[in-house]
Amino acid sequence: MHLAQLNVAHLVAPIDSSTLADFVSALEPVYRIADSAPGFVWRMQASDDPTEVITHEYGDDLLVNLSVWESREALWNFVYRSPHLEVLRRRREWFHRTAEPYTLMWWVREGHRPSLAESMDRLRLIRADGPGPDAFTFKEFYEPDGTPAVPLPL
Amino acid sequence: MSVLADSVRRSLYRFVADRGRDVGRGEAADAVGVQRTLAAFHLDKLVEAGLLEVGFRRLNDRSGPGSGRPAKVYRRAAGERTVSLPPRDYRTLALVLAEVVDLLDGNEQAEAVARRTGERLAAASEQTGIAELLAERGYEPYEEDGRIRLRNCPFQVPAQTHPLLVCSMNLAMCQGLLRGLGAGRTAVRLDPRPGECCVAFLPPEDGSSKNN
Repeated sequence: MHLAQLNVAHLVAPIDSSTLADFVSALEPVYRIADSAPGFVWRMQASDDPTEVITHEYGDDLLVNLSVWESREALWNFVYRSPHLEVLRRRREWFHRTAEPYTLMWWVREGHRPSLAESMDRLRLIRADGPGPDAFTFKEFYEPDGTPAVPLPL
Repeated sequence: MSVLADSVRRSLYRFVADRGRDVGRGEAADAVGVQRTLAAFHLDKLVEAGLLEVGFRRLNDRSGPGSGRPAKVYRRAAGERTVSLPPRDYRTLALVLAEVVDLLDGNEQAEAVARRTGERLAAASEQTGIAELLAERGYEPYEEDGRIRLRNCPFQVPAQTHPLLVCSMNLAMCQGLLRGLGAGRTAVRLDPRPGECCVAFLPPEDGSSKNN
């Protein structure tokens, strides 16, 4: 099984505004790190232009990232143990805070490329019911067989 | 912990931990200045106690027939040991407080407090250099390409459950340590890698010394 991941963020200003300039300039290097990271499988792309964000029907201010990884450890190492962490640290400069879950994971069979609609369904699921085997987080992680997991060492 | 009472064993543990990689018996024996068989005995005691982990690896580039069997190598075990008499449980409290900071959206305040804490720690320490101060704080600093990197994350347990909060606070605390030492020209930034602390220090002359 592979691990699919969705995160959504509401922009505080238009993507082409000066407020978002540092974020947009970080896209290319960070995507380059993701694409060459050990255990990276796939990510949804609008085009080959790394600064072009995925457009969708869920609102112009909503930024989405959708990707697939070989394992929990591979995704963790990209999210928290790479230059991606600095982008996360500065998230409040660029995105609205939300009390609702904005990131989640779920297991997919190898070769499956999740659609955005399918991923947004999972987001609704975790927002309605909290983490479970079908939609979960690093903090409350579930194994492919549905059992809760323990945290990873750094 | 009594396993570490023996001074040879303690030196071997420290040597393996400081390397941050797999270490062979011969290398460890030479470093500590004891016979290889004695080193092997103590290293295996440390493995039994769960302080070191063991692996098998070829220590030379040869492979195939005649290259010999893989050598036993040692590295520091991932788990942590804490001794507290009388019993104390700061870990659970840290996890609860981290959760509270998240709920209150208090990341910025947490970073500000961490920065001030760093300043106070630096002021209270007798150390005057950042590497020495980081060593005293348990970060296990080492040098790489002119930067100071940190082998150990002193906040690992809450960093696993609240990585964003704890790494941001750690960065702020390191900024505070520098400020407290009056070493404000040294830069510190997030530069995380798997298995290490999330920050790295750049010397003040970094980026400007190439012309000298």
